Amino acid sequence: MLEFAQETKAQLVRWMIHLRREPFNIAFNLLNPVILLIFMGGAFQGLAQGSVGGDYRTYLLPGILALTAFGNSMAGGIPLLFDKENGSLLRLMSTPISRASILVGRFLAVNINTTLQCVIILGLGFIFGVRIAAGLGGVLALLVIGLLLGFGVTVISLILAFVLKNHGDFFAIIGISALPATFLSSAFVPLDSLPLWMRLIAWVNPMTYMIDAMRSLILSGWDLPLLVRMAIVLLVFDGAMFWLGGRVLRRHLA
Amino acid sequence: MSDTVVRIENLRKQYGPITALDDISLEVERGTIFGLLGPNGAGKTTAVKILTTLVRPDAGKVEVAGTDILKDPDRVRSLIGYVPQELTVDPYLTVEEHLRYYADLYHLSAAVREPRIREALGLVGLAGQEDRRARYLSGGTKKKLDLACGLIHRPPLILLDEPSLGLDVHVRRDVWNYVLRLKEQGTTVFLCTNYMDEAERLCDEVAIIDHGKIAVAGAPAALRSQLKKDVISVEIAGFNEHEREKLATLEKAVSQLAIVQATTKDGARLKIDVESNEIALPQILERTASLSIPIRTITYSRPGLDEVFLHFTGRPLAEEKEKDA
Repeated sequence: MLEFAQETKAQLVRWMIHLRREPFNIAFNLLNPVILLIFMGGAFQGLAQGSVGGDYRTYLLPGILALTAFGNSMAGGIPLLFDKENGSLLRLMSTPISRASILVGRFLAVNINTTLQCVIILGLGFIFGVRIAAGLGGVLALLVIGLLLGFGVTVISLILAFVLKNHGDFFAIIGISALPATFLSSAFVPLDSLPLWMRLIAWVNPMTYMIDAMRSLILSGWDLPLLVRMAIVLLVFDGAMFWLGGRVLRRHLA
Repeated sequence: MSDTVVRIENLRKQYGPITALDDISLEVERGTIFGLLGPNGAGKTTAVKILTTLVRPDAGKVEVAGTDILKDPDRVRSLIGYVPQELTVDPYLTVEEHLRYYADLYHLSAAVREPRIREALGLVGLAGQEDRRARYLSGGTKKKLDLACGLIHRPPLILLDEPSLGLDVHVRRDVWNYVLRLKEQGTTVFLCTNYMDEAERLCDEVAIIDHGKIAVAGAPAALRSQLKKDVISVEIAGFNEHEREKLATLEKAVSQLAIVQATTKDGARLKIDVESNEIALPQILERTASLSIPIRTITYSRPGLDEVFLHFTGRPLAEEKEKDA
């Protein structure tokens, strides 16, 4: 157990050093959310006022937090793919470490990064006048909800890192997955205003539940039933991904 | 503990239709440098990956310091330091951060970590460069760092896959010196190479591997002497038509020596194939003196591992390398 902590810590430290010395990686992932928050929030302010009932940036913030958490988690496996491609992963596996530490170390790093990015988005939102109705506790809750989505998506990304043969495929999947995942949810417009077929997809999209819960924290305060519903959906999603990940990754890390 | 650090018995590995290792058996003694020598694709890397527990063998038995790689892979991993052929340093980390990283992966305690880091840095000549990021290191220095990372836990066995691939001449020499220093410290080294000079310079024992089979194994000098072929070349002074007779006389005279295997005339030179030049040279000199044949130069050459490879596999090593590249 102590050895597991030591080897996991070593790998986490490595990823944290990456984060500190390559801040552009964060900027890269934040680019789209920030553009959406600042420009889309500004551009559609007048247009959306009627349908969302209030400040559109405030309405948009949960969707943008979800996009940030999704994008960062989805990209989370990339460094492992690079390690796989350049031989470092094999070398790592020649050391007497538990295979799980490779996944746990990366998993922790990705989710620390996600939290950091969500804090940045919340800060930007604050600058643009977004206030959180649920207060400071609400801010913490928003970060936890971001992580609940991030957990499962990170596992998907780790699976892709080991299953995919090259990083080109990986980047393509990341590129095409984020926008549909957010658009097919209640991220940008109320569910009622989506066409039926989109609404049906949004209804099975965990992001919808996450965004609804976040939105209530931002707009109106603590809505316990909504939060419970969200927690159940996301925990089921996370559980399913962990189960799948355990099965797939055991084979690839034998 | 037994004095055999690596014991491989009847090892087989098949990748689909390709037989990577075909019934390999070998042993490496403690404190020696063992070289697996062969062209690319001969099976060297597969052998190393099996020894490092990264690839499971199809059949056969492999032990590292008495531990079976299949029964206790984790223990084997703690007994080896593996430095792969590719550079595996992380551009974002400093030299010292790399060593800390590996110290933790090998579960060194905080107390031994710092002295070990100093020791590893000293061995590969990286002391004073602790805070440089790997990104800004030259290729040769990155390789030295890679080596240091494999030494941090003082493993009894170091596995080096093509340690000097792509390095320039002086870095190569440095790396060779580190490997020899490791041996002085009692570490056993198992290296793969397709460079003959590397194997000749470093290895106590080599095994020549070709198409997944060991063609021949032994000490480099012993392998060379198995060829039983040194070549002595005698050049006659003041060569002209008249002297041609002298060359013929000399050829006739040396051909009678038991040690001489064959002779060929080449201009002013007589090339004499012998089993061992140490014994043959005095005898040949004696003949030239008694026949009063003036000699301008006399040279001899012994076969390198190139010739050894050619002899035992039937084709030159260099040609195979190009084909695979």
